[in-house]
Amino acid sequence: MPTVELRFAALDGHVRTARMIATAVSRRAGIPVGAADEIKLAVTEACARAVRVNRKHAPTSPVHVALIDAPDSFTIKVADCGRTWDEVAAGPDGGLAPASTLLDLEPTSDDPPWWAAATDDDSDDGGGFPPGLGLALIEGLVDEVEVTRGPDGVGTVVAMTWHLGLDAALAKHS
Amino acid sequence: MDLSLTTRQEDNHTVVVVGGEIDVYTAPKLREQLIDLVSAGSYHLVVDMEGVEFLDSTGLGVLVGGLKRVRAHEGSLRLVCTQERILKIFRITGLTKVFPIHSSVEDALAAHE
Repeated sequence: MPTVELRFAALDGHVRTARMIATAVSRRAGIPVGAADEIKLAVTEACARAVRVNRKHAPTSPVHVALIDAPDSFTIKVADCGRTWDEVAAGPDGGLAPASTLLDLEPTSDDPPWWAAATDDDSDDGGGFPPGLGLALIEGLVDEVEVTRGPDGVGTVVAMTWHLGLDAALAKHS
Repeated sequence: MDLSLTTRQEDNHTVVVVGGEIDVYTAPKLREQLIDLVSAGSYHLVVDMEGVEFLDSTGLGVLVGGLKRVRAHEGSLRLVCTQERILKIFRITGLTKVFPIHSSVEDALAAHE
């Protein structure tokens, strides 16, 4: 059974609520500061993604978060109710696409890369990051990430696990 | 904690001092600020992130959007950040390639010379 479970309406403002709860639970679980910062960011990215996905296809459905504090690990599962694999970008090896690919940071032509080019295009609202970037960031932060189809075939579940080192595990139980 | 924004002029640059949390909820405020500055003709921006306590991918998106806007006017957008937890996000996403990151506002202004 999860240590703490949370369901919230798919609204941007509640992503912060989920972050505060995850921070409080990780603190109570005795997670070291560095990992606690990772948890804070990873849970934010996973919840922000789930909110976007739900708002597209299931705006009245809640986002479900489960925080599981085990003796040598800390797991967070975030489930949406949208279309399965929405905002999940697959990489060439079948895993998640890395941020550098999504952001086109490895230019293949001789043209100046997008960030160095002067462009007349002033219409960009600046918020249009490619779908999948949140997960790419999560993969860079978390020890173990698993993305699976949701229960009953609805939505996607992002499960993130931090393996706590022996020192941290001992500190937790002393 | 909410987002705080203040701006000042220094050596032909506009320094934007950002504090607090930049997330999906507060990022639109930062986006508006950057759009307003560019519309008003400020094309050389230094974003001081030393007071930022939290940054997520939405915040990164807003900074990238700001960079694109100033580049359209042959401007620049430099960041000031020494906080490891924030720098790590730029490293993971590879955006250290895209943004010049400095350890102080003075360094950022000097780098433009």
